Amino acid sequence: MDISFRIRRYNPEAGRPKPYWQEFALNDVEPTQRVLELLHRVKWEQDGTLAFRRSCSSGICGSDAMRINGRNALACKLLARDVGPKIQVEPILGLRVIKDLIVDMEPFLAHYRQVLPWFVNDGPLPADGRERLQTQEDKDLVTDSTNCILCAACTTSCPSFWANGEYVGPAAIVQAHRFLFDTRDTGDDARLEALGAPDGVWRCRTIFNCTPACPRGIEVTRAIGEVKLAVRKGATAGIIDPATIKQQH
Amino acid sequence: MQTHQFDALIVGAGGAGLMAALYASQGGAKVAVVSKLYPTRSHTGAALGGIGAALGNHEEDRPEWHMYDTVKGGDYLADQDAVRVLGEEAVDAVIELEHMGLPFDRTSEGRISQRRFGGHTSNFGEKAVRRACHSADRTGHMILQTLYQQCLRNQVRFFDEFQVVDLLLNQGVACGAVAIQLGSGEFHCFNAKATLFATGGWGRVWQVTSNAHSLTGDGAAIFLRRGLPLEDMEFYQFHPTGLYGLGVLLTEGIRGEGGVLLNRHGERFMERYAPTIKDLASRDVVSRSMYLELRDGKGIRGSDYLHLDIRPETVNRYLAEAGETRRIDEDFIARNLAETLEVCRVYAGVDPLQEPMPVQPTAHYAMGGIPTNVNAEVIVDAAGKVMQGLYAAGEVACVSCHGANRLGTNSLVDLVVFGRRGGKRIANFVREAPLIPPPMDAGEEVRAEFERIRNSAGSSRPGALRAQMQSLMMTHVGVFRTAEGMRQGRDAVLELRQRFLQDLGIDDRGQVFNTDLMEAWELGCLLDSAVVTAECALAREESRGAHSREDFRERDDANWMVHSLISSQASGLVTEQLELALNHDRPVDRSLEAEDERFAPKERVY
Repeated sequence: MDISFRIRRYNPEAGRPKPYWQEFALNDVEPTQRVLELLHRVKWEQDGTLAFRRSCSSGICGSDAMRINGRNALACKLLARDVGPKIQVEPILGLRVIKDLIVDMEPFLAHYRQVLPWFVNDGPLPADGRERLQTQEDKDLVTDSTNCILCAACTTSCPSFWANGEYVGPAAIVQAHRFLFDTRDTGDDARLEALGAPDGVWRCRTIFNCTPACPRGIEVTRAIGEVKLAVRKGATAGIIDPATIKQQH
Repeated sequence: MQTHQFDALIVGAGGAGLMAALYASQGGAKVAVVSKLYPTRSHTGAALGGIGAALGNHEEDRPEWHMYDTVKGGDYLADQDAVRVLGEEAVDAVIELEHMGLPFDRTSEGRISQRRFGGHTSNFGEKAVRRACHSADRTGHMILQTLYQQCLRNQVRFFDEFQVVDLLLNQGVACGAVAIQLGSGEFHCFNAKATLFATGGWGRVWQVTSNAHSLTGDGAAIFLRRGLPLEDMEFYQFHPTGLYGLGVLLTEGIRGEGGVLLNRHGERFMERYAPTIKDLASRDVVSRSMYLELRDGKGIRGSDYLHLDIRPETVNRYLAEAGETRRIDEDFIARNLAETLEVCRVYAGVDPLQEPMPVQPTAHYAMGGIPTNVNAEVIVDAAGKVMQGLYAAGEVACVSCHGANRLGTNSLVDLVVFGRRGGKRIANFVREAPLIPPPMDAGEEVRAEFERIRNSAGSSRPGALRAQMQSLMMTHVGVFRTAEGMRQGRDAVLELRQRFLQDLGIDDRGQVFNTDLMEAWELGCLLDSAVVTAECALAREESRGAHSREDFRERDDANWMVHSLISSQASGLVTEQLELALNHDRPVDRSLEAEDERFAPKERVY
């Protein structure tokens, strides 16, 4: 198939102060080619100055979140046949564009760090020198939220985040969820306090953009809802009913 | 050039780098991690099936059985002092990961759940054993996240999107590295008492690969250009189950859970090649068997791929045949192999619950690399002389615990075990060691090379050169090799290298995120890695592990129980002639064999 590609360009060094659209035509595209491969074809065959991030090309590293035909997605996880012959690609919204499809990820990562996204349990280790015990049911309370790859697709699809970049955003809340509901973790107090702050979880207006934006299929809005309940209660116990956890796929 | 001073500089933020950073910082060192990607983008995150450790949570298991499997899997080229460390410390390292919060799946007793994996057996090869500790089929993702999080907690300093392009040596001692800040194009000098390279492999040398675009052999090439040796570069692993056409990895855990490989006749052909553990033979054996099937015209629909079948009815039939009581169902697959289902559905339009997956071998893992001892200290000659202040761990390193072929799960074991050892060693070293200043001309040569590339206006585009190299290496230096083919391949890659030096042309002359420039520089690293791989492969006149010669079909223990060490004698950083010198003077460490004759080389049967 032939593809007409419309790419949002911006180069701070090129003497063109504003972003603009540029069109590229690609012939003989296989329907199973990834949008990322098409971007590479443009870069390698037509215009080497096109800049974007990428690494694994199979949906696990989280480098290449972009806005494709108006929706956030990973360029390596969307195939030509899923998008059609007209493809429009632009940077994810809400973060400063540095060059072409590359945005400044620092504010996003600062929000991530803000929720203290690390395991805390300074209590005594098991006397036998082995692992802490946990049931599979307890582990599954966080299985969904451990899927997060920090690609920012959810946070940059969120109108509340667009309106106020101080809001920690869905990704940071999902990451907090992963620790809050981990039955082995004891760091809840500090985390709940961070999330209860004015720019924490309450800036979420349950708009639901984040859930379909997630390339990992995480139930982001649900996770945010559970974190809201935990913040209100000041504790996490009893909030998630294991029976309602979705079966993966 | 801005200069930063640290006790320890860690180059690369995958599992090995983060593990080293964590332990060095916990030991009191002031640590910087410099990484060309955001740490969570590192390719450790793509490791799927599990991390091997003889926890024995389902059935009896022992570290020495893990050691035996590793030695045998490595076709008796692994250094047994390193294998001993790997086996002994794997258990403790995995427990430690759990204590750091890694969300492992659990057994019904609440312990870490384990699955079978290729080449892992109990009682010295008797039967397959459940040794791979897993978090669904995204174990590497969870290791990477957990280590990054703990590094953040420990206030390790990260320099994200800084790409290291040169190593600093002064007075015969390592004293840091030069990096480009990708966002600004500025060069930075990192001056450190200890420098550890954990930059990963060079899987992008080949056309069909499971490796990320970022795996371009930067670390190996930098060492080569600084006159340091690389070890066992001829040993490169092809993983049996890459998704057909794309190379995207489908975990060995699929076969660990009972999945089988089938040819066009629906025959489980591994029964013929490895009668005892069949589809769970080590990767080199399975990949070769697949090639032989394809060569015999037994590919699916006469094409160049085979089937991998995890459908419950298939798996349960073979389980019943084997007299096992275990059965699987769709829920089990959805829970334990979620990533696999997703990858197949998205990229191949195949639902593994309904139909078999199309697979072909895919370039996957470098057994060779920067030679180190068991403390992750870089060694510079066949006698094992250490270079002060210089360390390496993970895939870029060659300790060598994998020998001629790595077992599945052992890459993750390698990076936590030897990353940790490196970090601890560094913490001790920097307490006493002085900070050696960088050389007066630090960074000058590499900056000149970058200016050459930035202003290049020839007719050879990097993308085209890279594609040709990848195709040549796939054809001539892949799973099966001959002297004639490898000579052809090497000479053609050398020609591409000449074009890279004389006729390169890129478009972007800018400073900010000049990915055109960086990709071209990385291509140079790939070309050097490819040449060195071909050169070492050509010299080794035997078949061992992943190195399979059609003109020398047998393993030759009398002459080849030795490691290859290759280095460049050229006097500039990037020169027309590589002036390679190759020796085979470093013998394999056989300390396990000295204690227990079961570790002695014998014919490798699975």
